[in-house]
Amino acid sequence: MSNIGHPEAASKFASDIKRMKWHDKALWFVRKKRDLQSHSVKEWEELRKIADKIKTHTLSRLDFYLREFEKNAKANNIEVHWAKDANEHNKIVLDILQKQGAKKLVKSKSMLTEECQLNPFLEKNGIEVVDTDLGERIVQLRHEPPSHIVLPAIHLKKEDVGTTFEEFLHTQKGNSDPTYLTHAARKHLREKFLASDASLTGVNFAISQTGGIVVCTNEGNADLGASLPKLHIACMGIEKIIPKLEDLAIFTRLLARSATGQPITTYTSHYHSPQRDGEMHIVIVDNGRSKILANDKYIKSLQCIRCGACINTCPIYRRSGGYSYGYIIPGPIGSTLGASHDIEKNYTLPFACSLCASCTNICPVKVDLHEQLYLHRQDVVDAGLLDKTKYKALKIATWIMKYPLIMDISGKIARKIVPLLPRSIVYSKYNIWGKNRELPKFPKNSFKELYKARKK
Amino acid sequence: MYKIGLFIPCFMNELYPKASMDTLKILESFGLEVEYPMEQTCCGQPQANTGCAKETSILAKRFLEIFKKYDYIVAPSGSCVSMVRYNYKQFLEGLDGFEHIQKNTYELIEFIHDIVKPEKLNVSFPHKVGIHNSCHGHRELGLASMSEKNVEPFSKIKDILDMVDGITFSKLERNDECCGFGGTFAITEEAMSIAMGKARIQDHIDAGSEYITGVDMSCLMHMQGLIDREKLPIKTIYIAQILSKGLK
Ligand code: SF4
Repeated sequence: MSNIGHPEAASKFASDIKRMKWHDKALWFVRKKRDLQSHSVKEWEELRKIADKIKTHTLSRLDFYLREFEKNAKANNIEVHWAKDANEHNKIVLDILQKQGAKKLVKSKSMLTEECQLNPFLEKNGIEVVDTDLGERIVQLRHEPPSHIVLPAIHLKKEDVGTTFEEFLHTQKGNSDPTYLTHAARKHLREKFLASDASLTGVNFAISQTGGIVVCTNEGNADLGASLPKLHIACMGIEKIIPKLEDLAIFTRLLARSATGQPITTYTSHYHSPQRDGEMHIVIVDNGRSKILANDKYIKSLQCIRCGACINTCPIYRRSGGYSYGYIIPGPIGSTLGASHDIEKNYTLPFACSLCASCTNICPVKVDLHEQLYLHRQDVVDAGLLDKTKYKALKIATWIMKYPLIMDISGKIARKIVPLLPRSIVYSKYNIWGKNRELPKFPKNSFKELYKARKK
Repeated sequence: MYKIGLFIPCFMNELYPKASMDTLKILESFGLEVEYPMEQTCCGQPQANTGCAKETSILAKRFLEIFKKYDYIVAPSGSCVSMVRYNYKQFLEGLDGFEHIQKNTYELIEFIHDIVKPEKLNVSFPHKVGIHNSCHGHRELGLASMSEKNVEPFSKIKDILDMVDGITFSKLERNDECCGFGGTFAITEEAMSIAMGKARIQDHIDAGSEYITGVDMSCLMHMQGLIDREKLPIKTIYIAQILSKGLK
């Protein structure tokens, strides 16, 4: 991933205007499908309220619900492991695989394992890892990270997929027919499934009361994985807990509608015990989450159910692409999580936002996304990471604004002088506003002057 | 009779004296008592949106001191009002008068719609107009129903403009997408700001708007800047300039 900040990466993405517009349109299409679905559920806003309440409550007693979950899962013959960070998580997974002599792992989508960089770690240790979600497989073959949490290959056109498959799956040259490519992928993945020794899935919801987990997919790949090999490992962040089975219905009604505009995902699979003669393990990961849990300003970001709606609606994401964020999760939710995780590395992310608040209002669990990004900006300043010139300019502006007379005089001088200056000076390279926009025409008098004159 | 303190955003005072004057004229045309306190400057929004809490706090306190004596504070800007209503709390909570200004600071159209409640306006503007729902007025102040939510559609802006003779409205493909102004965002994320602004304007052109109007001059300034540079066949007009047509 890039080391440059968001503005530079975004500007690069947007310089291919045609591709930028295509990317924007593709995601807006998903947003519109979501609108149709959410508008067809008349209690939609009520569902959001309840989901928010359940999540708020759960987070307030997370230690209790996690222990309950562990107890109940163990009673179901599931082994439960705790990992304080990515490193521990990766080691635990490797350890489980090695104990079983497993060499070939099929994975269904898990953003957590992306966050922990599990794949390269396992590969280094001699394990073959195959991502089995179609989009994930495409980016895996291309050695790219996902550019979106629900639509990992959304940055690619079908022609890009065609050439990738040509190279790795030996499909016909120049054939980018989606049905043809999907069949080729399916055949390829079936072979991988049948030859696998173990599977790894993510977790959408972990139910404290029952000690089971729920995974939502559209391709059924989690189910194939969890049913074919005897060993199933499920990895989850500590925030995936919901208290009761009844609560699940609230979230499944919100999740797919928000994510892709479907009423429900094709598969909603419940795993409550290992298969016969098999093993099931759940790895529960902190990796910085308890730090967020302890912070009132950002705690709600742990409510996220990873639907991606805030990403699809974000007018910046749609025009800058997932990689511009340089963090594993893009868009509004990624920007707040990234800033919480490592402000120094991700200090441009809270500013990759016009504070339009679309994200906050679309979020099915009411994460206060734009408010968090607004507050993270104060952390950036406190950490001394704000661009020095900008900081100085704002300090001077504040000083001027403390003294109305000085503001009036500076305003008057600017209004007098700017119109007299040659265009080359007014529109010099320091005038970022004027790079692609005209300045407003400077009037002779300020409002205050007109007001005074009128009163006389 | 109540007394209104008129807050004119700093950049409007300097750059848009006519639009500011039109704001005053409309309020006066309802027979209201309006005063513009001379010592006002800036609400602190640029500082706040850049994370400069210390600097914002200085300007927030100034604002409070200057405006707390008025029954209502009215401003021709959704985003400055949103600043007072939602973002001042961090800096002013507990101070004398804060709750008062928080409750009684209104954006112009919101004030006309919710408090003045006129039955008719004697204005005519026979043009096809596209409404730009600028984000802070739209999603923070709730001037209209937002596309993200499943609620009964409404628009206070349209309710008021509906009283203008001859006006017609264009139907946009994206009714409430951000124009990309975003305060210092327009500079920090220049490429994004430009791309978003151009997309918004194109939507209006495609929908046949002759004018883009709205409650935030800042968004209009950004879009007008693009229109002027690209020489596009459309104009922006601040909403008070429509409503004050013919007023002396
Ligand atoms: S923050 Fe909300 S909208 Fe964004 S991915 Fe998470 S649940 Fe979805």
